Amino acid sequence: MSEATFRTCPTTGLKVDLNAQKLIKANAVAAVVFLAIGGLFGLTVALTRWPAVHLLPADWFYLALTAHGLDVLLLWIIFFEIAVLYFASSTLLNCRIAAPRWGWVAFWMMLAGGLITNVAVLQGQSTVMFTSYPPMMAAQHFYLGLILFAVGALVAVGIFFGTLVIAREERTYEGSIPLVTFGALTAAIIAVFTLASGAVILIPTWLWSMGLISTIDPLMYKLVWWAMGHSSQQINVSAHVAVWYAIAAMLFGARPLSEKVSRGAFLLYILFLQLASAHHLLVEPGLSSEWKVFNTSYAMYLAVLGSMIHGLTVPGSIEAAQRRRGFDKGFFEWLRKAPWGNPAFSGMFMSLVMFGFLGGISGVVMGTEQINIIMHNTLYVPGHFHGTVVAGTTLAFMAITYLLIPLIFQREIRFPRLAKWQPYLFGLGVAGISLFMMGAGTLGVSRRHWDITFADAPLDFSYPEAAFLMLALNGLSAIAAALGGLFYVVVVVASVFFGRKVEGRVALEAPAGKSAVASYGSSESLKIPGTLLLVGVFFVAFVLYYFVNWKYLSDIWPMR
Amino acid sequence: MASDQKDPDKERVPFMQRVLDNPFLLLFLGVTIPTVLYILWGVMELTQIPVAP
Repeated sequence: MSEATFRTCPTTGLKVDLNAQKLIKANAVAAVVFLAIGGLFGLTVALTRWPAVHLLPADWFYLALTAHGLDVLLLWIIFFEIAVLYFASSTLLNCRIAAPRWGWVAFWMMLAGGLITNVAVLQGQSTVMFTSYPPMMAAQHFYLGLILFAVGALVAVGIFFGTLVIAREERTYEGSIPLVTFGALTAAIIAVFTLASGAVILIPTWLWSMGLISTIDPLMYKLVWWAMGHSSQQINVSAHVAVWYAIAAMLFGARPLSEKVSRGAFLLYILFLQLASAHHLLVEPGLSSEWKVFNTSYAMYLAVLGSMIHGLTVPGSIEAAQRRRGFDKGFFEWLRKAPWGNPAFSGMFMSLVMFGFLGGISGVVMGTEQINIIMHNTLYVPGHFHGTVVAGTTLAFMAITYLLIPLIFQREIRFPRLAKWQPYLFGLGVAGISLFMMGAGTLGVSRRHWDITFADAPLDFSYPEAAFLMLALNGLSAIAAALGGLFYVVVVVASVFFGRKVEGRVALEAPAGKSAVASYGSSESLKIPGTLLLVGVFFVAFVLYYFVNWKYLSDIWPMR
Repeated sequence: MASDQKDPDKERVPFMQRVLDNPFLLLFLGVTIPTVLYILWGVMELTQIPVAP
């Protein structure tokens, strides 16, 4: 029987289970703590890559790089995603959360796992990078921490599915689940595959570190590990697209242009998105071209189609809502009159644009077997995923935080001017990081080298001068992004712990309410000329950049 | 209610909507497809690599 206690949100009219609310708060706070730690490590990495600064010695550089990847790629993102899953199930479905005690078990397992792995890295015996490829061996508790974290996250995902079952049985919603919840379901499904793959490969690796297994085949490890390593980033994509729809609905009352089309796009994610893991193995000689080309070029393009559909329907739904409100002049009045001073909107819209132009296009280029060869294992790779995971996911999660603080933490945002500028500063910095690393990668700079001058190498090697400029600009961009990240942490901590209690309705920019975010229904307008024009610009950029890379390939591969 | 009016509960739900409304079917598909196409196919290829003499 239910022992849940609810409150009713005065702004949205949603019933909020107080058990779910506590779990959302705990997971979101843990996420922000790990973002702060991981972001700091990231800054030290970028300042070391900047040849004129070259901040850290080699051993500390690789330690910081390991900790950066672990804290931001795994811990920040997945803690926040668990908060999103609880919000999208319990809160949006007006339903009690399933097994809240297990929610706390999951939380403490994830927290303990994250801390144990961080300790292992900081002790200096586990500088194996985020990928931890054998035969490099980390300390036993490095793997143990990761396993604890993965199992805890898997329990949390199980609670999400349990809550869906409860909501259906107790008929807390009518018809189909809301689109935002469907996006979260997509993320949860990918999370099951991801976390199970992680457990499958990390448990034997842990036993190997204890001496109970003699060897771990490096290629087998790579294959299964990337089912976790890359698919974990696909959880992000699904979750941040759900967040885009949520912010559009909450700020503008925007409904998707077509529920069927948007759900179809999420279905493409469910079926095909995880297969993109294969692009990490495109230069491995042990795997056939059939396996590589099917998993990347064929199947992955169906998932890319899903992303392009969302790239049309999210801004399209905002345009339709804005035009309904009277912003109907020309192509772009709806966009000019959007609430650019509201960090929830500005962060979300920049996340959308940068995910498509930076992360999306470069991802397709890298996922093509032939073109991949000119940038494989160069700095282009982190340049790409800073465009997806940081400019896309992190910025979207930051944006929705500005709505969750008043709605879930019931506190007013402190330092509103700082909050207003934060997404711009962070977005500008991250765009620079992504672009300049991709630029350096295009010039051949290797992905993980501590010193591109090769000062202590027995054989000389010189990268082009432009590569040094790229890494200097990357360092400056990292400083801007770190400042933006610091502003976010300051605003969140100040608001959550010292913000004034929200009394009554929260002033959102538009009639938000329960209807748009928490129910099924499409927009009745397809008049979106501005969005279509922007999508046209995207396609032109996409096609040009794709063919430019084939041209690069033809230059370095002179088969006449 | 008029007798000729359709009962909404008995209205036939389209196939795709039934698929999309079934989270556990989607979970099955979302786990099985990458497991078969990415992991099992990949593992089969790796196990066929001859061991170096």
